[in-house]
Amino acid sequence: MNISKEEVVKVAHLARLDLSEGEVAEITEQLDRILGYVAKLNEINTENIEPTTHALALQNAFREDEVKPSLPQNESLANAPRQNGEAFVVPRII
Amino acid sequence: MDLNALSIHELNELLKKKETTPSALTEAVFKRIDAVEEQIGAFITLNKDEAFRRAGEADKKRASGDGGPLCGIPLSIKDVLCTKGLRTTAGSKILEPFVPPYTATVVEKLEDAGAIIVGKATMDEFAMGSSNENCAYGVPRNPWQLDSICGGSSGGSAASVAADECIASLGSDTGGSIRQPASHCGIVGLKPTYGRVSRFGLLAYASSLDQVGPLTKDITDCALMLNVISGYDSKDSTSVNRDVPDYCDALVDGLNGMTIGIPKEYFGEGLDSEVEAAVRNGIEKLKEAGAQVREVSLPHTEYGVAAYYLIAPAEASSNLARYDGVKYGMRDMEAEFLQDMYNQTRSKGFGDEVKRRIIMGTYALSSGYYDAYYKKASQVRTLIVEDYKKAFAECDVLVSPVTPSPAWKIGEKCNDPLSMYLSDVLTIPANLAGIPGLSVPCGMSDEGLPIGLQIQASHFDEEKLLRVGFNLETRLDLAGSKPPLS
Repeated sequence: MNISKEEVVKVAHLARLDLSEGEVAEITEQLDRILGYVAKLNEINTENIEPTTHALALQNAFREDEVKPSLPQNESLANAPRQNGEAFVVPRII
Repeated sequence: MDLNALSIHELNELLKKKETTPSALTEAVFKRIDAVEEQIGAFITLNKDEAFRRAGEADKKRASGDGGPLCGIPLSIKDVLCTKGLRTTAGSKILEPFVPPYTATVVEKLEDAGAIIVGKATMDEFAMGSSNENCAYGVPRNPWQLDSICGGSSGGSAASVAADECIASLGSDTGGSIRQPASHCGIVGLKPTYGRVSRFGLLAYASSLDQVGPLTKDITDCALMLNVISGYDSKDSTSVNRDVPDYCDALVDGLNGMTIGIPKEYFGEGLDSEVEAAVRNGIEKLKEAGAQVREVSLPHTEYGVAAYYLIAPAEASSNLARYDGVKYGMRDMEAEFLQDMYNQTRSKGFGDEVKRRIIMGTYALSSGYYDAYYKKASQVRTLIVEDYKKAFAECDVLVSPVTPSPAWKIGEKCNDPLSMYLSDVLTIPANLAGIPGLSVPCGMSDEGLPIGLQIQASHFDEEKLLRVGFNLETRLDLAGSKPPLS
């Protein structure tokens, strides 16, 4: 096995997902196959190869720190499932 | 022929001569939508009232002789691009109520050019999929054969153009999501160079791979759309500040002086014989147009899918962390505590494929596995980039199939994610390297499904793609063929 059910449950928790038992079994089996496939990368020696994280060699993109109009508060809040006119409202934390 | 069946450039001629109006054209498009949308299912949300209001504005511009080629042209937009005041779901339940407070730069540019948004096209949830079956709002059908997939993830964009429910569309391409559905639906699809087109307002899937591009009825329309959407955007720091040529200037007859590379790895095992025959026939046409043809090698092609399915889910797991039920979209209202609210919202809001990729990506990035998976994949990405550099030192463009087979039947690969992933083998490498890729129709299978030919070029060489595509199109004369829809 490339991945266990326990690992899937742990990773799902890190990703803030609750999975049913059926989902855990199914995803474990599917990820096991996918990880088995991606292990193909180990056929290649990548020692001393720099990783590419971005398709173009970008420099830092600097700009002047100017105040410009941005989204007004009411529009920023308009899509919130719950809000009080000033802030997003969420369930209690503790 | 009905107005809605014409291309942008054909309509532009009629509009310039005042032989029709944007309102009449919009009327024709919605009449077509009324007639075939029930069979096709290309749209998640229609924008009828606003479309007619915009058509009225375009009428005035056209009447006074103003407006460029896109003025008054009805378009569909993949539902992954934000449209102010018009619901944007990314094909996901988690964004069911989301009405963006701003418009994506690319859409704004099209609207400024006078284009009319007829609706938001269906897609695989958060652009994750190759068949458009991962959508919370139903599965669209291929206009050429209604029991076949139209491809993904920009399936609705491709289907709406092929079915003449709009004149052209915008999609997004992270591993082939413009080129593959364009190929399956018999239309033209372009993934521009990473950075050529702004991603501001594109709901992010894998930020180092995502790119927005046009799906059109022919190459000329592709150039016209690219003219409008290209260019630097201060709101997207990965967009590149570089002059935008008039891409229509690239549409010249003849390919003298051009060298076409045929990557031998793209014609390997698993390639459908009809697809191979159609692509080889296309290559003959390009030779007739004056191109030199030589075989080249991209030896790491077969590792593209493996690298992609680590890198893209890794980036997705981070990008999709924002969907937590706090600021927009749906929330599970039953949860008493914040943490439960996050978990329950995400578990109910995301579909299976999205969950699978988030978990895969979180795993690939997690401590202890990062080097073995994410870093390894990023190193292989470097080797794929180098393969292309060597190839483009010998040739101007690469020509190959877009997909190993024509469209498959709806449901056929649903229970086998890996086999679905492997269907992207020929389109993924371009995203990993950030180069542009174009899909052009090149034939039909015996069953009556379209086959596409892919052209790839080096960074910012879209003009070469369009020139080769134009010469193929004019020599094959397939651009006018239409699906047998009643």
